[in-house]
Amino acid sequence: MNIFDYERPETVADAIKAASKPGASYYAGGTNLLDLMKAGVRTPDSLVDITRLDELQRVEPQKDGSLRIGAMVRNSDLARNALIQKDFPAVAEALLAGASGQLRNAATVGGNLMQQPRCAYFYDPHSACNLHEAGQGCDALEGVNGKHAVLGWTKTCIAVHPSDFCVPLAALGALVEVDGPDGSRQIAIDEFYRLPDASTPPGSALKQGEIITAVTLPSDAKHFAPRARYIKLRDRTSYAFAIVSAAAMLHMGDGRIKDARIAFGGVAAKPWRAREAEDALNGAEAGEAAFRKAADAALADAKPSGDNAHKIELAKRILIRALKAAADGTPATMPDLPGSVFATGKEAR
Amino acid sequence: MALRISLNINGTEHGVDLEDPRPTLLDVLRERIGLTGTKKGCDRGQCGACTVLVDGRRVNSCLTLAVSLDGTEITTVEGLADGDTLHPVQAAFIENDGFQCGYCTPGQIMSAVGLLSETGGKASAEAIREGMSGNLCRCGAYAGIQDAVLEAQANIAKAGKS
Repeated sequence: MNIFDYERPETVADAIKAASKPGASYYAGGTNLLDLMKAGVRTPDSLVDITRLDELQRVEPQKDGSLRIGAMVRNSDLARNALIQKDFPAVAEALLAGASGQLRNAATVGGNLMQQPRCAYFYDPHSACNLHEAGQGCDALEGVNGKHAVLGWTKTCIAVHPSDFCVPLAALGALVEVDGPDGSRQIAIDEFYRLPDASTPPGSALKQGEIITAVTLPSDAKHFAPRARYIKLRDRTSYAFAIVSAAAMLHMGDGRIKDARIAFGGVAAKPWRAREAEDALNGAEAGEAAFRKAADAALADAKPSGDNAHKIELAKRILIRALKAAADGTPATMPDLPGSVFATGKEAR
Repeated sequence: MALRISLNINGTEHGVDLEDPRPTLLDVLRERIGLTGTKKGCDRGQCGACTVLVDGRRVNSCLTLAVSLDGTEITTVEGLADGDTLHPVQAAFIENDGFQCGYCTPGQIMSAVGLLSETGGKASAEAIREGMSGNLCRCGAYAGIQDAVLEAQANIAKAGKS
């Protein structure tokens, strides 16, 4: 690890000032950043410790019915939060499907959004990777790439965003609140991430010095609570990144789907909202035929970026499974294996 | 960039002078305080051997900068027993053969202590397997580890009622 300066400002304003210097990086849970620094992939000149900023630690219901989640709330605390469990159960399930108990206790909301890809070539400072420096090329294209992107990729980068938490956030249309040298703004999570293009690797909307202060779940997202699931396929049942995952949420009325929300994890450089699939479901009767049609619509533009053509069919099957689970109803209590295809059936709430 | 931090480790205050901000909690515990019960396995948050409690919550001490923890309370495996009386989780690991070589054991035990406080004593075997997934055991003593955590949970509940 390189030597760096360390600061722990008392306010968000001071943190922004400190982090506006070139080479500065925010330090929160540390679970991803320290790992990358140990690998030599990240070499910040200074770390700005934001773990103790009181204003970022709260989960607050807003007057308009939305829920504002401070960026420094730890993943495990958020998953156990009564309001999250009641109104946004798929968010709780996705949080608990990610990482390990130890990591969830440290990892934060903001840090989760800013997670870097787990592509082995990105993690190796000696491999060519456009995320190290644009123009280096991409060793993953001809490398071990069975878990790489099938949607939204270019030859600049085929890595996927590794988050579970961000998948239901994308489905629910969460808003990312950002503060920075030029003031504060809110960004729809779909706009927060930039997909790769012909020359630029993927990234986020954040500029140097900008900080995520909160994530807000809109009030209309609550009506999905009775039928909302997150299902994640992985190499082992717990503590592994998704091969593919899906958040599926249904709002029913008169025996038909009035409103559907769908997003995928593990398929693209951002949590992938599938609006075509949502459109295919709206007004349809919940069932295998409609779910299959939605899955085909969601993956219509998918193409393999390497040895990963299987992920296209897997993503369809996981979506159909997640939709069936959602249609069956959100479980009354969190499954012992959250997000798992092996979760045992419990009564719906 | 010299930094002085203070950590309460197993009930004792320790002042630590850091030459720079790089040392993790794991390295401070082992190299500076001399508490080598906490193990370095992967040093990357993947194996759980370095698990300790920070203000009562289990974390990977290898992925935490010590400087960031100034003023916190740390519990390591050395701080669990009450004199010669083992913590119920420690006793249950012995009773159930929850280890073979023992290298991962301090991390397993600290993780189990953290898990049981998170679940409030109501974890099923499946929930325990899931909750302990951040701790690898290359000897494969998982069956004994699961039984140890289940037994510790039951014993803690019993002790709480009496």
